[in-house]
Amino acid sequence: MKVKNLMEKPAFRKFGGIIVLYAVVQLLISVGILNDYYFATIVTIGINVILAVSLNLITGFTGQFSLGHAGFMSIGAYFCAIVTLRVPGIPGFLLGMLAGGAAAAVVGLLVGLPTLRLKGDYLAIATLGMAEIIRIVFQNIEITNGAAGLSNLPKFVNWSWLFLFVAGITVLIVNFLHSSIGRACISIREDEIAAESMGINITRYKVTSFIIGAFCAGIAGALYATYFPIIKPDTFGFAKSVDILVIVVFGGLGSITGSIVGAVVLGLISMLLASWTDLRMVIYAILLIVIMIFRPQGLMGSREFSLAMLKRAGEQLNGLFHKKSKKEEN
Amino acid sequence: MSILKVEKLTKSFGGLTAVSNVNMYLDQGELVGLIGPNGAGKTTLFNLLTGVYKPTAGTVTLQRGGSDQVISGLKPSTICEMGLARTFQNIRLFKDLTVLDNVRIAMHKDVRYGLLSSFLHLPSFVREEKRLKEKSLELLRVMGLEDKKDELAKNLPYGEQRHLEIARALATNPVLLLLDEPAAGMNPAETARLTELIGWIRENYKVTILLIEHDMSLVMKVCERIFVLDYGMIIANGTPAEIQSDKRVIEAYLGEDVANA
Repeated sequence: MKVKNLMEKPAFRKFGGIIVLYAVVQLLISVGILNDYYFATIVTIGINVILAVSLNLITGFTGQFSLGHAGFMSIGAYFCAIVTLRVPGIPGFLLGMLAGGAAAAVVGLLVGLPTLRLKGDYLAIATLGMAEIIRIVFQNIEITNGAAGLSNLPKFVNWSWLFLFVAGITVLIVNFLHSSIGRACISIREDEIAAESMGINITRYKVTSFIIGAFCAGIAGALYATYFPIIKPDTFGFAKSVDILVIVVFGGLGSITGSIVGAVVLGLISMLLASWTDLRMVIYAILLIVIMIFRPQGLMGSREFSLAMLKRAGEQLNGLFHKKSKKEEN
Repeated sequence: MSILKVEKLTKSFGGLTAVSNVNMYLDQGELVGLIGPNGAGKTTLFNLLTGVYKPTAGTVTLQRGGSDQVISGLKPSTICEMGLARTFQNIRLFKDLTVLDNVRIAMHKDVRYGLLSSFLHLPSFVREEKRLKEKSLELLRVMGLEDKKDELAKNLPYGEQRHLEIARALATNPVLLLLDEPAAGMNPAETARLTELIGWIRENYKVTILLIEHDMSLVMKVCERIFVLDYGMIIANGTPAEIQSDKRVIEAYLGEDVANA
């Protein structure tokens, strides 16, 4: 009875699931079932969730095709690493996270203002170029140690920190999308001319969405640099941007839960395939092709996963079952 | 008192002059029709008024709160904020969003909470969202769409999509409403209902209306004054009766319709 009462509370319905997830993983780690190897996969998935959700905000919700997300990630990673190498302890970690996110957001603003006037393919090429410029800059300046990258980075990220950042950013972005500013962003994807004519300043909200996305990608990069000991410019190349885009498209453009499911599923697949090094990318590619043939809208389409959806599916199954049993009766 | 003044407005696309030296005015509270043969430049004129196109020459002046403001050359979103709203000939709803969201988005310019509240859903957010929702539902009720609030716009029947476009335009709280062929594709019964609705909206929302329409039954019934556009030029301006007997208009295009009327 008490459990049922708790389940009915709106706060629990909203956050209950993720709190249970946190507790279960924490338990598995403390009893040693999830070893360091598995945890590294979890960190990668968590970082990819942030990257995919934030790219989905830009591409799936605001409709701006960006191919430079890894660029923002690298800015976050390098700014954070430069801070944590100089400021010790948790203050250094938090300062580094903030610096990483803020630096990426500033670059997002500088890049967004001129390029977001472009549409479709042109924007994709401009953002791709931007990410390459960032990579080449990091490859050639001294403070980032060139192509060798920065190493011996202090490690801060544990499950609690990871969870805090991933869940926190996801909740903030979902909240944003359910606000008037979020709806204004979505209206730009739907129809720019109509949005403009209804009083939406489209340049302003494209840039807003781009900056928020860049900030989150910066945080994701900072998490990377505070878990993995080495960062190199190559880690954040064009391939990384495409990886993120693949997760978003795979999960469904315009679905936050799709991005999360996409990051988790693709993360697990790539872990399971890790032992077949040669065939790994081939199988991965075939899987993607199959999914795109049978579900071109991605796993979730533009819908969100919810308990109500499960219930509906259950009712449909139930309905089928009842029809069958009725037929049998006849 | 003119609420809208258009002076020597011209728009050329390369060598083609789609709108040429147009002068027109709308008085406060008027319901005015804009007619003309296909390709006469009616929609181009709307696009110039709403800022979708920048004029090659000429000015558009909107009067609001006792002061004249030149709106030609401004951004569409700024023009909308100044009180000019429109619907589209080829329906431009936010198709994959719900009916309610379509209307709420049009109220965005009046929303009184910022970015921080959007992220954190602070009390100001909750209050304001409630107000938005109530106001939107009221508009939907007026347009007979209240029970469809959770449908996706693309799933509405054609006539209701046109109604939703009007609801969305009204949600921006306009002083001047431009309707681009609101009755296109409607059957006579739907058109009759729309005709009534347009009159009702003008009375209740104290809004001036300019409408493009090919359906003469609607135009002649509701419009107090009509502008006729042909080859980008205004060739006549007057009451429906005057327009029906205007020789140039009959020559240009009304001939058959008037003969049948």
